[in-house]
Amino acid sequence: MQFGILVNEGPFNHQAADSAYQFCKAAIGKGHTVARVFFYYDGVHNANRLSEPQADDRNVVRRWSELARDHGVDLVVCVAAGLRRGIKDELLAEGFRISGLGQLIEVGIQADRTLTFGD
Amino acid sequence: MPALHTVNKSPFERDALTACLARAAEGSTILLIEDGVTAALAGTRHAPTLTAAAGRFSLAVLGPDLAARGLAGRPLVPGVKVVDYDGFVDLAADSSTVVSWL
Amino acid sequence: MNDETEFESGVVKRLMFVNRKAPHGTIYALEVLEMILISAAFDQDVHLAFLDDGVFQIVKGQDPSALEIKNFAKTYRALEGYDIEKLYVDQESLEERGLSADDLLVDVEVIGRDAMTELIDTMDVVFSA
Repeated sequence: MQFGILVNEGPFNHQAADSAYQFCKAAIGKGHTVARVFFYYDGVHNANRLSEPQADDRNVVRRWSELARDHGVDLVVCVAAGLRRGIKDELLAEGFRISGLGQLIEVGIQADRTLTFGD
Repeated sequence: MPALHTVNKSPFERDALTACLARAAEGSTILLIEDGVTAALAGTRHAPTLTAAAGRFSLAVLGPDLAARGLAGRPLVPGVKVVDYDGFVDLAADSSTVVSWL
Repeated sequence: MNDETEFESGVVKRLMFVNRKAPHGTIYALEVLEMILISAAFDQDVHLAFLDDGVFQIVKGQDPSALEIKNFAKTYRALEGYDIEKLYVDQESLEERGLSADDLLVDVEVIGRDAMTELIDTMDVVFSA
């Protein structure tokens, strides 16, 4: 089964990004596909490669990058929401790309299930 | 197939659970996640809300979110099933649609 | 998956945007509108539901000028031009807040809890803000 995921909140401030990641990891582990994770609202901050959490904590941004690298998950940051918050190409961590909101609607149409994680 | 509804807010702070219970179709599954897991605890001020809903819905709570909050061993409202993330994925896969009550 | 400009699946899904938050205190109402406008380009069966504090998003006479926040309320009126015409408001949410359909700035269908329950249950995809 193909899942689409919408992440509405930034990392650390809210658990939404953690829940979305754990869901994706479990889904992939069970043989499903995560077609795309779309980052909207403050969720665009999940893509910030300058994020440097303390060594004894999880690295939310890097975890997403690893999901893209290891499992081909398409990580899309909304261009409009990103621009508003200063998340531009030069700030993107590995595996993320910037595109339009159409990418969210598209995955909603193509995936079997789409889940929102937010506040 | 029934829908899956997720609730991630503590009923002590916000009304997402009430909002969900009022709009979820009978037979739907309601999964409590994040701070929403506090709604699953037996004997609280809000426990009667969930107890009253147990006949109409299939109720579940995310175990890792209970454990993170030190609530894993606590008695739960009767009928609430504990699932892990794999169980969350199964519930989503077996549903017609997933609705997040934020 | 293709670029959105090339997207053509022939699939028509029942999409719903659920709005449960008041405007201006958070950005959700504004940014979900951008999402809704884009969805119009995909020829899908798009529904908007205004529940709980979400009904405040479409109250007449909003003037956030003193806050220097963009007045996006007029965008709701433009939705019709994008063929987004299925706007549903939860009757009890209105009543609980001392509002009626006359207080709203756009044409909507006010429906009761049971009808809202049934509507949500028939959706393929629900985006929550």
